Amino acid sequence: MRRVRLPLLIMLAWALTALCAPQLPLTPDRIQLEHILGPPGRDALLGYDDLGRDIGARLAIGARTSFLVSLWVVGLSLLVGTLFGTASAYRGGWWDRVAVQVVDVFLAFPGILLAIALAGLLGPGLDNVVIALTTVGWVGYARLARAQVLSLRQREHVLAAEALGSRGGYIMRRHLLPLMAAPLIVEATFGVAAVVVAEAGLSFLGLGVQPPAASWGAMIRDGTRYLLVAPHMVLAPGLAMLAVVLAVNLLGDRLRDRLDTRLNDDTGMRE
Amino acid sequence: MLSYLLQRLSDACLVILGVVSIVFLLIHLVPGDPVEVMLGESASGADRAALRTALGLDRPVAVQYLDYLHGLLQLDLGRSIQQRQPVIDLVRERLPATGWLALVTLCVTVALALPLGIVAAIRRDTAWDSAAMGVSLLGVSIPNFWLGPLLILVFSLWLGWFPVSGREGAGAVVLPALTLGTGLAAVLSRMVRSSMLEVLHEDYLRTARAKGMGPLRVILHHALRNALLPVITLLGLQLGALLAGAVITETVFSWPGIGLLTIEAIQSRDYPVVQACVLLISTTYVVVNLLTDLVYAGIDPRIRLGGRA
Repeated sequence: MRRVRLPLLIMLAWALTALCAPQLPLTPDRIQLEHILGPPGRDALLGYDDLGRDIGARLAIGARTSFLVSLWVVGLSLLVGTLFGTASAYRGGWWDRVAVQVVDVFLAFPGILLAIALAGLLGPGLDNVVIALTTVGWVGYARLARAQVLSLRQREHVLAAEALGSRGGYIMRRHLLPLMAAPLIVEATFGVAAVVVAEAGLSFLGLGVQPPAASWGAMIRDGTRYLLVAPHMVLAPGLAMLAVVLAVNLLGDRLRDRLDTRLNDDTGMRE
Repeated sequence: MLSYLLQRLSDACLVILGVVSIVFLLIHLVPGDPVEVMLGESASGADRAALRTALGLDRPVAVQYLDYLHGLLQLDLGRSIQQRQPVIDLVRERLPATGWLALVTLCVTVALALPLGIVAAIRRDTAWDSAAMGVSLLGVSIPNFWLGPLLILVFSLWLGWFPVSGREGAGAVVLPALTLGTGLAAVLSRMVRSSMLEVLHEDYLRTARAKGMGPLRVILHHALRNALLPVITLLGLQLGALLAGAVITETVFSWPGIGLLTIEAIQSRDYPVVQACVLLISTTYVVVNLLTDLVYAGIDPRIRLGGRA
């Protein structure tokens, strides 16, 4: 418990900020020309950006952006991937072979590249970011779910259920999914960190949120033009993102130790 | 070995065909009419019709697909709409920059990861270990598009050691390579650590120590060499991550490579160029993975025989 307290607090702060941001008395879009590139001070704890907007307020809205996007992307990817992987492993035969081939093709696109291309072609906007990142994200869960089902199918309680004549859907729900949950949850935790960075990355490239909406990535991009005069424009969103990503990764590590799942990540690295 | 080789080759060909198909379909994902999006609203009807014919969008999708495949076989990646020249020329112009960046990044990655991983392994469960692994966790978590500007701020603007952006002078490659290499080194150092830990208790190390060999020589000559195989494999796999990461890093530093070309093409809605860049990076990734697998199988017979059992 000792080593997860700080990460948990950061996660909690992130989620609360994200959920409460619309209710808070924030003015993220109010332009104050007299404060352009103003340093942190009493009125704005984190200073002002190139249009004289309060960076602290924009940080809160950015937290909401990244929180909602990662919730949607991880949720959708988990759903699609698990269903796809489970179904293909359970059906077997040529169905499974085609499914594996499809997964392999998606995994052949390195990292965020396919998401960049998709978001670029679909056009800017958060819904397209979610579509692009889900298109890239679901395969990891599909591969994991498939591997899990393949090994769990041979367990005695599944064989017994099959011998009793239970139908496939029932076996999946009652006998397979509960046992697959632990590794999938661990994977999803790391997935949140990846999506936070990916969303910010797309927004950094100008493929994510559109102005005046705020995203940590877009804030960093705006700030790079004023690095020398107003480094706080880049530092604030970056530190916020780093805190969230570190917290999620640390929690993921702890969760993996706790649930004792051995995972292969995309680099094929074994811990 | 031959059957393993053929199997891996045919797998890779299938994957590449799948990648080509997805890249081909990308242009059909553009909402609305891609020709209209590319030319803007002010274009005349004749211009649109001309571009539609040039891209082949007026023909059935199946015919377009076969044409696309046929063109690829002859290294024809289509024509750029904005630059009005063959895409392959644009790509050829940008390749050296990305290649150089990739090479320097790999050197940076190894130079960072080896000491970090080795120190963590031989000083296991000490402050050294936690510090090295803490740095590694930080390196994994820090995104390129934030680390890049930070490095620019410190080393270009404050210290003035390196140029802010572009590819002028020999020093220009340092900051982009450092930006890209940090994340890769963070992952790699964990691998170095775990594979060092595996060999550190082997008998041949005790023998080497017993005959009076110095500790540094034992580590570098006996332990590291045996721990290096999985590390090299991972390094091969990381080249793909490097190429994908280059898209963002090259944008941060205005480094004139394939990644920046991709982003420029997306911004100017030059879809044939986007398709070509995505295709090039992905197939490079597949081929490098294939080569890594084959080299590994060539060195370690357990891999190629394991598949048959």
